[in-house]
Amino acid sequence: MKNLKYAIVGIIFGIVFVKAEIISWFRIQEMFRFQSFHMFSVIGTAVVVGLISVQIIKRLNLKTISGEQISINGKTFNKGTIIGSLLFGFGWAITGACPGPLFAEVGSGYWAILVTLLSAILGTWTYGYFRDKLPH
Amino acid sequence: MIEFLKQPWHWSVAGVLIGLTVPTLLLLGNKTFGLSSNLRHICAAVIPANLDFFKYDWKKESWNLFFAGGILVGGFIGTHLLSNPNEIVVNEKTIADLKELGLTDFAGMLPSEIFDIKYLFSLKGLIFFVFGGFLVGFGTRYANGCTSGHAIMGLSNLQVPSLIATITFMAGGILMTHFGLPLIFNLLK
Repeated sequence: MKNLKYAIVGIIFGIVFVKAEIISWFRIQEMFRFQSFHMFSVIGTAVVVGLISVQIIKRLNLKTISGEQISINGKTFNKGTIIGSLLFGFGWAITGACPGPLFAEVGSGYWAILVTLLSAILGTWTYGYFRDKLPH
Repeated sequence: MIEFLKQPWHWSVAGVLIGLTVPTLLLLGNKTFGLSSNLRHICAAVIPANLDFFKYDWKKESWNLFFAGGILVGGFIGTHLLSNPNEIVVNEKTIADLKELGLTDFAGMLPSEIFDIKYLFSLKGLIFFVFGGFLVGFGTRYANGCTSGHAIMGLSNLQVPSLIATITFMAGGILMTHFGLPLIFNLLK
């Protein structure tokens, strides 16, 4: 079960989401209204820690635990980066959840969010269906 | 120890742990952090419908589905085994703003007046569950990433497209909060 380790990382991650109240619709509202720095601080700290970690991995040319070379694919820019992000932002403010917290909310027993998750899957599918016709 | 874990965790603890997910996944198996990809893998696994976008070896990416499954289990543990005995403390100004929109219950993680399964077959459910979820799934894939893939992984790797994406989805959220939500709540009155 080589994938089990990722499940364990996910479990810790899910607990963090709940315990730091990142899955809270109210916390997301506070963020978008600039009335609390909780979410900005969480995301900001995560970026700084991630940034330092990635720099260490690159500078020291660290390998994975199985000795594999670490390579990170870059992100490419196109019109979708703007249009898609804007639509995602709208959805984030409505649902109070980005994709990660959706899984944690379902696990927490908010059954209505199962519908949100299914609808998000449908949204992704719809993107795949119309992809060639959308501006990129 | 358990009592200590049951309190709400400070933002710095959450930020550091979430940030450490980036190197952890890289060091465990050269995996890049990004959760919205899972929505695509689920499509590829369940309803590929012969679309090119879903024709790839999703099983190679199954580690990410295990990661998402872990988050689900972590959500259960955090909520049911390590639950905070006290109510969540929401900023007073936010409460005042949300009261103006018509909300009265500020207990729990999600407002019970919106995210209750009993609203599933109502206009409220259609907007908050179905439409909202659709925008998240469609938008993240169109943008090629979400908060984890762009804001955390992408910015950690100094990707300019991720910076543009992060600024744009923050702007989208702010616009929806200040202009969209009042319209939606008005519609539901």
